[in-house]
Amino acid sequence: MRDTFIGVLTELAPQHPELLFLTADLGFGVLNNFVARFPRQCLNVGVAEQNMSGLAAGLALEGHSVFTYSIGNFPTLRCLEQIRNDICYHGANVKIVCIGGGMSYGPVGFSHHATEDLAIMRSLPGMEVIAPCDLWETAEATRYLLTHNGPAYLRLDKSTAPATVLPGEAFQPGRIRVVRRGSDVTLAATGGILAEALLAADALAELGTECRVLSVHTIKPLDAETLAAAARETGGIISIEEHAVDGGLGGAIAESLMEAGALPGFFARVGLRNTFSSVIGSQNYLRKVYSLDCAAILRTVTSKLGIAAGVAS
Amino acid sequence: MNVHAIGDTQSLARRIRIHALRMTCEGGGAHIGAIFSCADILAVLYGDTLNVDPAEPENPARDRFVLSKGHAGGGLYAVLAERGFFSVEKLLTHYQDGTDLSGHVSHKLPGIEVSTGALGHGLSIVAGMAYAGKLRGAGHRVFCLLSDGECDEGSTWEAALFAAHHGLTNLVAIVDYNRIQGIAPVSEVLELEPFVDKWTAFGWAVREVDGHDHEALRAAFEHLPFAAGKPSCLIAHTTKGKGVSFMENTVLWHYRVPRGAEFDAAFAELEGKP
Repeated sequence: MRDTFIGVLTELAPQHPELLFLTADLGFGVLNNFVARFPRQCLNVGVAEQNMSGLAAGLALEGHSVFTYSIGNFPTLRCLEQIRNDICYHGANVKIVCIGGGMSYGPVGFSHHATEDLAIMRSLPGMEVIAPCDLWETAEATRYLLTHNGPAYLRLDKSTAPATVLPGEAFQPGRIRVVRRGSDVTLAATGGILAEALLAADALAELGTECRVLSVHTIKPLDAETLAAAARETGGIISIEEHAVDGGLGGAIAESLMEAGALPGFFARVGLRNTFSSVIGSQNYLRKVYSLDCAAILRTVTSKLGIAAGVAS
Repeated sequence: MNVHAIGDTQSLARRIRIHALRMTCEGGGAHIGAIFSCADILAVLYGDTLNVDPAEPENPARDRFVLSKGHAGGGLYAVLAERGFFSVEKLLTHYQDGTDLSGHVSHKLPGIEVSTGALGHGLSIVAGMAYAGKLRGAGHRVFCLLSDGECDEGSTWEAALFAAHHGLTNLVAIVDYNRIQGIAPVSEVLELEPFVDKWTAFGWAVREVDGHDHEALRAAFEHLPFAAGKPSCLIAHTTKGKGVSFMENTVLWHYRVPRGAEFDAAFAELEGKP
């Protein structure tokens, strides 16, 4: 996703002379081409994320379209007040880009895992929040953000789901993509972990259970309509995110459905539950350890369908 | 500029203090001591130095000013009203329900670039503005007024490093060095000395000035940047609460609201001055 994002920026930078790319001293190797071609449009501000975010606000208020870039929590939690006060309150045209969403940087340790970022970023007024599931969504989201005026957060993942884009499909910001059709249960995922939802849907199809799989690439603004339709048209909804269940995708979906009065037959959240990702291992290993993988989704679905069947009978 | 239209800067500083006294008394706002300590700096900047025009508050060629010590918002509102950015009557809505004049400075008002209030934010924002100005070869300057207390914030020094590294000669940081922060003297909380050496070591061209001496302030601002290739830092030695004898150099008047006899006494002192 990172390389796709940088690739699109490199391709479109000449059309956006107002674009300024700020990195907090990260991106060794991957930024070389961009830096070499557009030296006036990028700036390594050093390991200083608070300054980077305040600078970004000042540059944006002077007419620049600014991207801030770093790993994990560094471009978000480290400088949250600058994002809130300097960027969001002024509606500054700043895009905050995190590479290493969720537990992408698995073996590096919990400091580099972004597992509360979606909840925190989506609570900020005026902030759009996007977490693509695959390379196509990444490229399209990047194109969108280059033309969007205002604060936004782009969470990029090391993993990527297999391509599900249809021929001629147009990316619609704020609109959930239905990447698999079904009416027994809805699996709503955000980010690369959508791959696990697709695997679970394949396995459930073998058992005769057809899943509707949703790619919720835009968490804010959230597509209430598609979610309400899923609540009405399928047996229940399970949210899947490489993130804490508190306030993230699952929380957002629950809020949306409750307010719309569209109560699903059942609802469950797959995500981190009041825990740090302190175990060491690859992203896939950690998904298994923390019950976010395909097997965990299958357990949740069968358990919920069992409960639902019990109530019905 | 425009000094002749608005009277001399001494008179302007006195009016800033009187407005701020009324605003904090009637609204119940705090920070009168912090406003008084920078009233002369604001008067010289807005009465003499800054190229700003109330008729065109967003003119791209204007000098930018950011009050990083946002708690002195009353002082900035007062000087902007005196310069005609909005009406003087509006000042008395300060702190009232539904006003645009929050205690900490708000960009809802014409002439105010950014809202501040959380300390340690301003210098990064102006560094961004100054960098943008350099990129497009613009001739305007970017000024930032900081408190000494916010030099406790690491983010202030992140910005200081950046501004020097990029040779932001169009950037001017003024530190209102009254040596009293929120609840105690700077020397008891976190010593900043040797303060000039710190800014110098960070790559800034530094000058010191009596922050209440208008001629000295004016002279300093006439020689910007202080050195080739460097951002400029003016350490303004000031007295917290300056202008009202019983408020001067006390921790008390960072937060205390002047009311009743205290208001009357302060008002009399300010009115009695030339």
